[in-house]
Amino acid sequence: GCFVFKPSAKKRKLSQTTAHGFGIRNDDSEDIELRFDTCQSLWNQIKSETEKVQEDLNKQLLDNLVSFLSRSHSEVQEKTTDWTCRMKFREIPTAALVLGVNVTDHDLTFRSLSDFLQNNITPYIALLEAKDCPGIKNLMQKLMGQLMNCYVDVDSLEDEDYVQVSQNRIRCSMSSLIKWYESVTKKTDSETPSKKRTSSSTHWQSPPVVVIFKDMESFTTKVLQDFIVISSQHIHELPLVLIFGIATSPMIIHRLLPHSVSSLLCIELFQSLSCKDHLSTIIDKLLLTTQFPFKLGEKVLQVLINIFLYHDFSVQNFIKGFQLCIVEHFYSQPLSVLCCQLVDLQKRVNSLSHDQCENIRRLPSFRRYVEEQESGKQVALLTTDNFLKEETQKLLEDLHVYHENYVSVLRCLHVFTSSLPKYPLGKQIRELHCACLENQVWETEEYKSSLQLARMLNKSDLVTMLQQCVEILLSSSGKEFDKTVEKLKKFMTQFQNLEEAFQEQDVSVSSQKELQKKTDLYHLQKTLLEMKESRRSKKLTKFEMLRFEVVDYIDSLVRKYLVPADHRTLHEILYFNTAAVLRGHLNAAPRTALHTALNNPYWYLKNQALKGDEGSISNKAPDICIAYKLHLECGRLINLVDWLEAFSTVVMAGEEPNADTASSDQMDDIIHARFIRAVSELELLGFIKPSKQKTDHVARLTWGGC
Amino acid sequence: MSRIEGSGGGRRHVLQVKFVPDEEVLKHIADDTGIKVRKDKPQPSINLKRFVKKLENISDDEAQEILEEKNYVATLGICAQDPMGNGTSVSGGEVYSFQTPKRSSKMAELASELAHTPEQSVAPDYSKGPEKTAKTPQSSIVFLLLTHVFSLQSKKKEFVSTTPYRLRKRLAAPDSYLESESEYSASCSEDEDEEDQQEVSTVLSGQKTPAKTKATATPRNSLAKKNKDEKMSNLVEDYFEAHSSSKVLTSDRTLQKLRKRRLNQETLRDLLKKAPLAYAAEIKELNQQHESLFSKWMLQLHLGFNVVLYGLGSKRDLLEKFRVSLLQDSVHLVVNGYFPSITVRSILNSITEEVLDHIGTFRSPLDQLEFITKRFKEDSSLELYVLIHNLDSQMLRGERSQQILAQLSSLPSIYFIASIDHINAPLMWDQAKLSLYNWLWYETTTFSPYVEETSYENSLLVQQSGSLALSSLTHVLRSLTPNARGIFRLLAQYQLEKKDNPSYPGLSFQDFYQQCREAFLVNSDLTLRAQLTEFRDHKLIRTKRGADGVEYLLIPVDDSTLTSFLENQDEDV
Repeated sequence: GCFVFKPSAKKRKLSQTTAHGFGIRNDDSEDIELRFDTCQSLWNQIKSETEKVQEDLNKQLLDNLVSFLSRSHSEVQEKTTDWTCRMKFREIPTAALVLGVNVTDHDLTFRSLSDFLQNNITPYIALLEAKDCPGIKNLMQKLMGQLMNCYVDVDSLEDEDYVQVSQNRIRCSMSSLIKWYESVTKKTDSETPSKKRTSSSTHWQSPPVVVIFKDMESFTTKVLQDFIVISSQHIHELPLVLIFGIATSPMIIHRLLPHSVSSLLCIELFQSLSCKDHLSTIIDKLLLTTQFPFKLGEKVLQVLINIFLYHDFSVQNFIKGFQLCIVEHFYSQPLSVLCCQLVDLQKRVNSLSHDQCENIRRLPSFRRYVEEQESGKQVALLTTDNFLKEETQKLLEDLHVYHENYVSVLRCLHVFTSSLPKYPLGKQIRELHCACLENQVWETEEYKSSLQLARMLNKSDLVTMLQQCVEILLSSSGKEFDKTVEKLKKFMTQFQNLEEAFQEQDVSVSSQKELQKKTDLYHLQKTLLEMKESRRSKKLTKFEMLRFEVVDYIDSLVRKYLVPADHRTLHEILYFNTAAVLRGHLNAAPRTALHTALNNPYWYLKNQALKGDEGSISNKAPDICIAYKLHLECGRLINLVDWLEAFSTVVMAGEEPNADTASSDQMDDIIHARFIRAVSELELLGFIKPSKQKTDHVARLTWGGC
Repeated sequence: MSRIEGSGGGRRHVLQVKFVPDEEVLKHIADDTGIKVRKDKPQPSINLKRFVKKLENISDDEAQEILEEKNYVATLGICAQDPMGNGTSVSGGEVYSFQTPKRSSKMAELASELAHTPEQSVAPDYSKGPEKTAKTPQSSIVFLLLTHVFSLQSKKKEFVSTTPYRLRKRLAAPDSYLESESEYSASCSEDEDEEDQQEVSTVLSGQKTPAKTKATATPRNSLAKKNKDEKMSNLVEDYFEAHSSSKVLTSDRTLQKLRKRRLNQETLRDLLKKAPLAYAAEIKELNQQHESLFSKWMLQLHLGFNVVLYGLGSKRDLLEKFRVSLLQDSVHLVVNGYFPSITVRSILNSITEEVLDHIGTFRSPLDQLEFITKRFKEDSSLELYVLIHNLDSQMLRGERSQQILAQLSSLPSIYFIASIDHINAPLMWDQAKLSLYNWLWYETTTFSPYVEETSYENSLLVQQSGSLALSSLTHVLRSLTPNARGIFRLLAQYQLEKKDNPSYPGLSFQDFYQQCREAFLVNSDLTLRAQLTEFRDHKLIRTKRGADGVEYLLIPVDDSTLTSFLENQDEDV
């Protein structure tokens, strides 16, 4: 069933750039190379950025682990004769690494972990996976294989055949492992430091052997228990350290291992960052930044976040989705050539061809823009390419500036909304971002309610928030914010002044109280009531006035800067918004497609004969659709004879009535054959299967009604 | 108790039928056959007033539920205007609902109905097929616009289809039905109170936080959930109803009684060649749409994605075209997954032996995979395209095979492009495998017949040519003594005589011995046993112990082959 096709050697081309992928696409061969290059460089930038983010996030965890490893190691090193210490030696130092449910992301973490350890602590690392270790024997085999291979890597090549042989012959047992370890460490000791130290200068004299169980939950209990019991016997000869990768909760260790076994472990718990935090950081670094010209539209972002939240919690998949967005955008939008850094923009705009200019004119947002201009400018925009180019450049620069301001103001708004009770606009900045991209956020109920809540904030909160906003605005590169910052600072000083005023007022009140010290109860009540009355009728205090002012100012900022992106001219160039494509590729529904094809073939085959009410099927439909429709009418079992009869009734009605008996006989045969084909196709698709329960019956495998 | 609840659910749906201001539905109820009218009879006996109240709750819940679903759908960005859309607008409930019991004659009815529909009529004929219109859900595109109406209709539809079965049950046991009826009304009022309370609490909490839709959503959710629970229990009940009866309600007709002979593979192929392919032009157009994506696939393969194709119709030609047009200049491997003897091992072997020119064997597929990984990592100029037709075939769908293939596909210089057909194919992959595969899904509905894919299948209706079995029979028999031949012949003849008996267990040893003695073929049962052992070694017969401990002998060859074998024997003699 397998066929290999090899082109002749000279015809084979070396791995070519994939630019032709953009090229073959029909008409618009515009700037393909450039588009492809931009796409690639952008993706590479983003990739390195995400990797950096991941490294930063893992750093804390890795540092903790490393300090743990070195500690456990040093304890073993100290050859104390203390009795308690010796008891402790029976325990294997173990790190339980709680990584969360996004199993697909773990690989990356483990890879960086093992690299890190390799560089810093020990060359002897074995990564074990449950699927490789169904028994203790396989586990030992795998373990020794990995350890000895890494030994080869560290050492020079001369020993390779020796190791190769031994690996095949050696009986995989703990004692042979120990022997190997001794020989390795001795060799490193005896060898001249000049040669050895270069490669493993950072390693200790007798480095620990680290065994990582990638997916602890999937290991069989027996294997784990055996391994732990055996290795605890040899812990004084072999400085072993275990690392458990845990996806659920640390409780699982005690559930998997009985007390007698888990008491042999000296477990320390490490918690990795939750995937949600990881995602927020990624969104922060990829989307809410001015670093990359490419942006995601609201729908697309929603799709990606929904896949993350509802399907896999995998940050890797999120990034892959992001990559797909980039590729799709540059592939399908010929104008994406302008989706570049501002420095390159002018050159690229100027080199636009006439066709590309036409493409710009066709953009809906640009048309809207043209309609708003006066007639003279309209004509110029629609006829003069050069004028259009100038205008385009200006508009694109505007768009970049808009995004810059958008991000800063969005962060400011988030400072306010994230501290409100019950988070009407969402706790995470990504929710706020989606809300702002979707439509004019100030029109929404949530925004109104959050403004109301903001009007009830207390002073200290307000001041700290203002402080934060000032910091955000100062750190942003936008130039427009000087005034805003000033204004905010003014608010802050006003609050400060208020405080002083209050203090004065307080003093006066207290002095007033002093005067009335000796009143009786009745008078006191009366004065209190009066005070209450006066407070109610009194207009807003100065503080309240100021608070309103602040909130109104923030509101004005929002209205000015947080306009949804698709209201901006030329947003199609920078924003990718075809969510349907993305969803089709990442989150497809194959069964639904089959269902549609079988129930409503007109959806695909645009033939008038097939058109009709959905669900009912004309006798003109493809055979498989008719057979499918008929089989829906049956219960668990289907009689093939009945089915065939029904099928031929339907099909015959569709054919021209034929008087000739001889040909009708042949027709019968053909219909029979067509029926057979339809049935076996349905079998291939998994709707039916042959059944032995009754002769000439098939069983239905689906429960879908009609 | 559950039974009562179930009927409660049913009643509720009846009510919805009345509520929907849909003429078709009304018509359906009014001018239906006798069965349907009788079904509706119990309805007036129910206190209508109570139900009006209840209806409000329900429609409220439903609206909420629909709203939620709509939101979800909308956020996931289904666009109805997508011209090549993959039909995602079909609601899940429609695709995955439970089966409802059907009458045995239903298929014939539908067939005649379909046959009677005038060919040219584009609009469906409502007056002729009231049953049918009731059954058919509205257009899937309209779904988004008219979700409410649609769901009501579909609910009603569900009820209609369950009715005949319920009716049957009720007619069979009228007493128990009446009992459950009275019990039902009691439980119903309880139910209603509870729901009312919940409703009130919902309103209250709604007032407390007027601006917080999120806050109000929580109690509402619980309400919706309750409703859903009820629906769920209904579905469960339906399922068991459908499965409880071991009786199969189908006719007893068999193909053998049909005048028609069984077709063999070749005549089938010839016949199908004569039949013109319907909608060739449209199919061609579809294919052209898919072919325009070739360069895109190529690009995405190079960027680290793998491509998987799904949709109705054989995708073999499409992949073949892709191969011919784009892969001529690169090393590629074509795997015919539908081939009945394909294994992962053979795929790996062809990579190591033919692509990597490695001579030697491996202890396990994992070793082999490791070797391949190493080689591809070392040599960055190595590139391999792997085209797999039917990745979901019987032989490749196993967990271990998929794991190995997934690991293979995750190599950066191995590009996978595969097709799947089975409705449950995506269940092969868990999260880990999916991330290894890194699929991009492409819907390529082609409507082309699965010619190659089904030709290997032991199809139900296709006569097994049996030529292989026949020749082996004759060959073995020729090498035997005449007496042995006679013994076998005797057994074969006896089996043919009994071919009409479907529960024929085989010929018991004692009877067989008796017959052989009568025919002077053996003189002791030891000789017969020796002879039978020889047959068994050549797999000519099979022995089986019956329930009574008696040994039964059977020739494991189908009747037609046996007949032709006997005919051949006669000719030889």
